[in-house]
Amino acid sequence: MKYADEFRDPTAAKALLARIADLTDEIGATSEKPVHIMEICGGHTHAIFRYGLDKLTPDGVEFIHGPGCPVCVLPMARVDECVQIAARPEVIFTTFGDAMRVPGTKTSLLQAKAAGADIRMVYSPLDALELARRNPEREVVFFGLGFETTTPSTALSIQQAAREELTNFSVFCNHITVPPPIKALLDDPHMLLDGFVGPGHVSMVIGTHPYDFIAQDYGKPIVVAGFEPLDLLQSVLMVLQQIRDGRAEVENQYARVVPEHGNPVSIAAIADVYETRPSFEWRGLGEIDHSGLRIRAKYSPFDAEEKFGIGYAAGERSVQEPEGCACGAVMTGRLKPTGCPQFGKGCTPEMPLGALMVSSEGACAAYYQYGGARAVEPAE
Amino acid sequence: MCLGIPGQIIAITDPARQMAMADVSGVRRAVNVAPVLSGAMEDLIGKWALIHVGFAMALIDEDEAEATLQALRDLGEAQEALEAMAQGQKALEVEA
Amino acid sequence: MAAHGLSNRLNKTPAEEEERHIMALRDEHVTLAHGGGGKAMRDLIDEVFTSVFQPESREDQARLMDDALFEPGARLAFTTDSFVVDPVEFPGGDIGKIAVCGTVNDLAVGGATPLWLSAAFIIEEGTEIALLRRIVASMQAEAERAGVKIVTGDTKVVGRGSADRVFITTSGVGVIPPGCDLRADAVQPGDVAIVNGVLGDHGATILAARGDMALSTDIQSDCAGLGHLMAAVAKACPTLRCARDATRGGLASALNEIAEDAQVAIEIEEARLPLRAEVKGMCELLGLDPLYLANEGTLVLFVAEQDAEAALAAMKSLPEGAGATIIGNARASGPGPRVTMRTLFGGARIVDMLVGEQLPRIC
Repeated sequence: MKYADEFRDPTAAKALLARIADLTDEIGATSEKPVHIMEICGGHTHAIFRYGLDKLTPDGVEFIHGPGCPVCVLPMARVDECVQIAARPEVIFTTFGDAMRVPGTKTSLLQAKAAGADIRMVYSPLDALELARRNPEREVVFFGLGFETTTPSTALSIQQAAREELTNFSVFCNHITVPPPIKALLDDPHMLLDGFVGPGHVSMVIGTHPYDFIAQDYGKPIVVAGFEPLDLLQSVLMVLQQIRDGRAEVENQYARVVPEHGNPVSIAAIADVYETRPSFEWRGLGEIDHSGLRIRAKYSPFDAEEKFGIGYAAGERSVQEPEGCACGAVMTGRLKPTGCPQFGKGCTPEMPLGALMVSSEGACAAYYQYGGARAVEPAE
Repeated sequence: MCLGIPGQIIAITDPARQMAMADVSGVRRAVNVAPVLSGAMEDLIGKWALIHVGFAMALIDEDEAEATLQALRDLGEAQEALEAMAQGQKALEVEA
Repeated sequence: MAAHGLSNRLNKTPAEEEERHIMALRDEHVTLAHGGGGKAMRDLIDEVFTSVFQPESREDQARLMDDALFEPGARLAFTTDSFVVDPVEFPGGDIGKIAVCGTVNDLAVGGATPLWLSAAFIIEEGTEIALLRRIVASMQAEAERAGVKIVTGDTKVVGRGSADRVFITTSGVGVIPPGCDLRADAVQPGDVAIVNGVLGDHGATILAARGDMALSTDIQSDCAGLGHLMAAVAKACPTLRCARDATRGGLASALNEIAEDAQVAIEIEEARLPLRAEVKGMCELLGLDPLYLANEGTLVLFVAEQDAEAALAAMKSLPEGAGATIIGNARASGPGPRVTMRTLFGGARIVDMLVGEQLPRIC
């Protein structure tokens, strides 16, 4: 696969790993006193475990798995609202597969589907739009979730629906943005982070400047990274080089995809369709100011919140996290997934208790699935 | 977050809706190319784009990709040279 | 609804049969009348099913005999499986082909020579009779390839919406030759794991054929009978320990089952996994893991290391084993996980059983 296989070449990894090991020594990082590097994006978390990168990098480098899994941080009350919308007889509720298993306070969408709701998995909001065209007598609702990477796709779909004057298509908007939770984490006095691996695909939309505050205001290095294993290792190396040099900059390892100023068409579509909510709840992190998006009034016919009377402030907002759940501590780097007393016991991928076990991109689920949880013999 | 994969634009399928066919390793999917459209749609044919949820989100910059790979190659060569030097040093020490 | 055999056709000459068929089944779609026990049902069974399967017995039960049964130490193998596929026809096969291959393979991976199958059909009212004919033809063709006979069966018709066109249950009987005792708990540390060909083609084909994701490819299902392949390996390898067909849950599930039964660890190497570019592409697009995609003509078997080359050669002598390759080996079981994979990158990761169903993801 072009632009993917070249960045998975294990022979090229050898030199990177050797340089990472040298730099870790030079900085004086050890397993007792490691450098903490947060990969913000769940896709990076997944890649780290899929390729076993955590086992290949030295003990002095510790990955802290960030909040960048939109499914994991989805508040349970929002899942309940999805189930509520989906249960209406006229509704075809469409969603990415990721959201199907996320538990609400009572049921997941998968369970709601089994109970009779017309819930369909789609690959793209365009497929939901096509369902709306083909089923004019039904209300097609698309579950819009995801960070800035995914937000343009629903914005462009809403614009398309407006052009076609479709009256039976709406989006249940749960889009969230990356910079506010990073700021919240950096403001947390318990925070232990020395640097960041930045989310490549979010950045292809918004560019690299939204992270300037991380370097300028908080003095932390951040390197925007691609998703192949060599991308990740190179980015870790670049973060370590900044730490060694005492620099704090926004660097771009993923320049083949990420332009400095992002994608103008996508940015314009987001601005046209969405506005920022005063605050939005993140599962495990709580309410974060200006971190969520809602559909602007001019597109209200395509806003499922308006159509079905489910405003963000309308319901009981904050749902208590299950007892014993330590997702917040794991997400701020204070606790490793395996350090949570519920990990693998009261909380497993089959019966997730907390946010991070919900999606395969969640740190705990990735740990569990790919063996961070249980001893894996080291590679020979 | 945000699964994206490189695909090649191989045909224009619906100009009115800015739709084109993308090929990812022999798997074809109609995608919306609005985010990467700057001129005529036909100009996109043959180009590589990052595909996410049915949208071509960014064109892949071939020169930048090559520059990244070259940096990795240079690093590999430098590391080999370092290792060779270390080996040579060791050999000298053993001889001495 | 009374049960009925496929064998209850009238005693007529082929010419008479032919004439009666021309007269009989005029419907284009199955109706509830075809399940009512009367003439309509008899016409459907005679014309669509028994005229193709040609069972020897005309009674409600097949009466079976095979010389292999008389060998001292020979054992019967008996298995059953139900098949529901959406869509019922897909590139590389249909539900009928899978129903025969699946049961043939369940016998074959146990070391049995597959001999006889039963086939029971649950048919949804409104199903096109032409579709049934195609399914039955493909079952018969596959049975002939596998050297088995479909000797008995049943049909039921259910109301529209109570089934999805057609569901098939096939049971199979085979004979395990004396001395052959393939079982997962025979796998020992050091044994080599071999697959007969590419992984995930069936799962990827079905995903594309369903159309929900609007993806198109030229991949075909790998659906194939593996009886001849298993016979060839058994003959060439005295140390053949066990085999499993990697159907639902894919290779990962088959390996986990074997590792658990044998109380061994299994390590596979990502670099050795045979995968088509299209299957990789689909997995990248939808965020799926090919280790969990279903196969319908792919098995994994374990042999002692010294027999690995002989097993590979035996497999490669047949078209369904042309892509045979070693993917890993069994190791002494430690406190760690049962099945692991050495990644392309030299790292190691767990290959666990799947939790529920693998769903496409975007993030």
